[in-house]
Amino acid sequence: MNGAPAHADNLDLLWVYLQQEPLLWLTATLAAYAFGHWLHRAAGSSPLVNSVAVAIALLVAILVLSGTSYATYFEGAQFVHFLLGPATVLLAVPLYRNFNRVRRLLVPMLAALLVGSVTAVVSAVGVAAALGASTETLFSLAPKSATTPIAMGIAEEIGGLPSLTAALVIITGILGAMAVTPLLNALRVTDWAARGFAVGVASHGIGAARAFQVNQLAGTFAGIAMALNALLTALLVPLLVGWL
Amino acid sequence: MVHAILALLVCQLLGEVIVRAAGVPIPGPVVGTLLLLLALAALREVPDQMNTVAGAVLSHLSLLFVPAGVGIMLHVARIRAEWVPLLAALLVSTLLTMAVTALVFFWVMRRMNLHEPEQQP
Repeated sequence: MNGAPAHADNLDLLWVYLQQEPLLWLTATLAAYAFGHWLHRAAGSSPLVNSVAVAIALLVAILVLSGTSYATYFEGAQFVHFLLGPATVLLAVPLYRNFNRVRRLLVPMLAALLVGSVTAVVSAVGVAAALGASTETLFSLAPKSATTPIAMGIAEEIGGLPSLTAALVIITGILGAMAVTPLLNALRVTDWAARGFAVGVASHGIGAARAFQVNQLAGTFAGIAMALNALLTALLVPLLVGWL
Repeated sequence: MVHAILALLVCQLLGEVIVRAAGVPIPGPVVGTLLLLLALAALREVPDQMNTVAGAVLSHLSLLFVPAGVGIMLHVARIRAEWVPLLAALLVSTLLTMAVTALVFFWVMRRMNLHEPEQQP
């Protein structure tokens, strides 16, 4: 900024530089999420204004308008994506803190996990198949309640499209985070452990993120549910798909 | 902070190595979670550093899903063609799964008299 008029060449060079470095899209990812978070707060923390949904919509709009490919975007965003692994490991912390309660509720947890996990796969594939979805779409849909990296791995294994699965997983998460409070209030499920566990099985980490915002215990059970359902879905989906 | 982050990465790395060496279809980070849980049980407490990292990351867990979610832009054509079955499947399945899971959990918990009445939302 020395006051000289910016030449088109310089601007082109600047754009080329920014497109090559991960910095721009990493910054954009955090900025879009920060905006989503702000909007969520501004709406009185309403579950209907989901910060992930806002961030994704904003980023897709920017990428499409600037003619940037997803591959270029991911060069920068991969650093955030990578943290999904360590964050999963970190679930051991709330798990340890609430270990006695978790152990006491082991039987209800495992019963709910088994029923919930089968329901998630069968109902998604059943409804989509009944409405005429293609086989590739069905295979991409089957693992949608497992957390992103695991669902993508399952989709690849059974012949789905991993990147489509990722998108479906995120939408599932957002829907669950939006619906959990009104749905479980209507069903009169008043227990925090049960509420957290349900949103974790149905809507993995995004559901858990919502649960952690509401109540620590609900968040803990949502985290456990997400880890257990990732495991069970990985075992269940290849088996169920074999019967289709 | 450094030690907590190192511990996390070591647990994840060991998890990935164990899963691959054993050839089991379990996600590596899930094994990493179990390893960290064992480590915390051995320490008999959560170190302050680990508490700090856990608080920071778990309160913004949903940020980590943004990059994968943006991948939806690769599938605009398919979603436009199949939006009815996709939307119906996601809505029905997510709501049904959540309802069924919560009700089974709550029902079994009450049957076993494990309910804590002071835990009202």
